[in-house]
Amino acid sequence: MSAVSVRDVGVRIGAVSIFENFSLEIKEGEFVVLLGPSGCGKSTLLNAIAGLLDVAEGQIWIGGKNVTWAEPRDRGVGMVFQSYSLYPRMSVEENLSFGLRIAKTPKAEIAARVAKAARMLQLEPLLRRKPAELSGGQRQRVAIGRALVRNCPVFLFDEPLSNLDAQLRNELRVEIKKLHQELGNTMIYVTHDQVEALTLADRIAVMKGGVVQQYASPYDIHRHPANLFVAGFIGSPAMNMIEGSLVPNGPGWRLDHAGGSIDMSRYAFAAPPAGGPAIVGVRPENIAIGVAPAERSGAQGRVTIVEPMGGETILWTSFAGKPMTIRVDGESPVRLGDEISFHFDVARASAFDAQTGRRL
Amino acid sequence: MSAVAVPQGPRPRSLSIGRLSVYGFLIVVALCFLVPLWVMIATSFKTMDEIRLGHVLAWPASFTIEPWLKAWSSACTGLACDGVKIGFWNSVRILIPSVIASIAIGSLTGYAMTFYRVRGARTLFVILLLGAFIPYQVFLYPLVRMFSSIGLYDSLTGIVVVHVVFGLPLMTLLFRNYYGALPIELFNAARVDGAGFLAILRHVILPMSSPILIVATILQVTGIWNDFILGLTFAGRSNRPMTVLLNNIVNSTQGEAAYNVDMAATIITALVPLAVYFFSGRWFVRGIAAGAVKG
Ligand SMILES: Nc1ncnc2c1ncn2[C@@H]1O[C@H](COP(=O)(O)OP(=O)(O)OP(=O)(O)O)[C@@H](O)[C@H]1O
Ligand SMILES: [Mg+2]
Repeated sequence: MSAVSVRDVGVRIGAVSIFENFSLEIKEGEFVVLLGPSGCGKSTLLNAIAGLLDVAEGQIWIGGKNVTWAEPRDRGVGMVFQSYSLYPRMSVEENLSFGLRIAKTPKAEIAARVAKAARMLQLEPLLRRKPAELSGGQRQRVAIGRALVRNCPVFLFDEPLSNLDAQLRNELRVEIKKLHQELGNTMIYVTHDQVEALTLADRIAVMKGGVVQQYASPYDIHRHPANLFVAGFIGSPAMNMIEGSLVPNGPGWRLDHAGGSIDMSRYAFAAPPAGGPAIVGVRPENIAIGVAPAERSGAQGRVTIVEPMGGETILWTSFAGKPMTIRVDGESPVRLGDEISFHFDVARASAFDAQTGRRL
Repeated sequence: MSAVAVPQGPRPRSLSIGRLSVYGFLIVVALCFLVPLWVMIATSFKTMDEIRLGHVLAWPASFTIEPWLKAWSSACTGLACDGVKIGFWNSVRILIPSVIASIAIGSLTGYAMTFYRVRGARTLFVILLLGAFIPYQVFLYPLVRMFSSIGLYDSLTGIVVVHVVFGLPLMTLLFRNYYGALPIELFNAARVDGAGFLAILRHVILPMSSPILIVATILQVTGIWNDFILGLTFAGRSNRPMTVLLNNIVNSTQGEAAYNVDMAATIITALVPLAVYFFSGRWFVRGIAAGAVKG
């Protein structure tokens, strides 16, 4: 199994520069998820690692070898393409076995591996069909299977579960996780689904405009977002952002905002702040309903929208002139139009510099 | 009490002016092509006595297949009186290797130019296309000199090579356009799966190429079969294609022109392209459409 290392890579398509000085280290056997808005370069990065796209600068290392100029087939990578890219004239079975047949794998082993992948991906009844005779989700499973049967040291998955129904997606997510634990392949996995990202990843790389914004464990990404972009991108509903100004308050600090002030004494600053314009982000689950205890800052508001989501409910209210979401238990008695008091868990909030967007 | 038609099922079709004029136009065009064909067929089954009466459109009164037999095996071209038979088999011998080789090479170059962005491929392609627009006559003399210096002139190999070379620009263009419309990810997926240049062509690209292979075959079969000037120049006396023999038969009749034999010989010569169009017309249209539309 192989470590992957992308070093100071520049990628250009025509005159457009997609990456400049891009670096990413992926440890051997690590499961890394690339997360980012559409068009930020996730697929491009996978293509560059696979060798389907020439890099303009820099190096790519896989398994301790510099493969910057190596052909895709010499890199030991298996890939699931975002567009599936199944071979239209081959049956599902032939699609799955193509790579093995090219590699002159013994027939019995091909049959065994195809059968195993087909079972796991629930493709057994479809093996004789052509890709055109499959639904989108079925095609996607064939695409996953085609990569899996080859059992490469490095897997590159480009949104492999995006087209599946919720149940199958959950099942396959678990399968992929099990498979990774079993085989220990290095995995680079693109997704838009935060649940997938948070559940599968050892580390998540949040990207924007060809730049890694934060590369950390799912816990850290969620709990200590490095900047405003990561804070806003991770979490659903998004983090509530409170704009204001940091001013000294006794031994600590407080945030003065349009609707009053929040005591920040319980917040662990990364470095002693300089004060001035700042944004404090509080996740909907870190806001509690009820009268604030002595050490907490509270506020009141009227519930304008109630979104029941089964096990939990999202309440919409407003705070300091902006909408605010609060996550409460699904059994909560709060109704539309109720006046509620709520207060913030400042210790779990995130403070950012209003100018640079960086975490304070 | 009037029956009001309730809209349901297929919408009734009405004969509009637009539709009428389309039909009218199609009929006129069809006649333009069919009348000469009819004259040829009718004349080829008439005796010379009947032809002299001058009723070109008339049904043959005394039906005879004599002119056909004569055209096939005993019409005279100058000194020899062997009909177009020899020319037919010469044409077949030229046609088969030329068609196979030009399509094989064209698909290979089109594939390489589309998927392997070879350095200078664009320039090469433009040059190739320019070559396709220069009239053949310009090349003839230099090519004859080149071929005679390497001993290819006046030989079957020589004429086949010439056909392949002259067919290359169109074949490359055809295949390149078709492959250009295929999604590049297919090619990429095969590369990741470990397939090399020829394996991708064979297992992934060619199985998807049947429409364009059919179009290429039709174009090359008709083009090479109908060729006159290249065959006349390069094939040599013993390999002269059917078109050249036909010309000699029509032009070398002494005394009165044997129209019925000429017509029969012409129809025999045109039979191969006619058959190709007849049996593959549907495929041809489909292939052209598949080439034009993505997927
Ligand atoms: N062939 C191309 N020519 C020019 N620009 C391209 C080309 N392919 C991609 N791009 C640009 O590169 C950027 C990154 O594209 P990429 O496909 O990697 O995005 P992505 O992160 O995978 O997005 P998505 O989540 O929508 O799949 C985009 O801005 C896109 O417009
Ligand atoms: Mg993508």
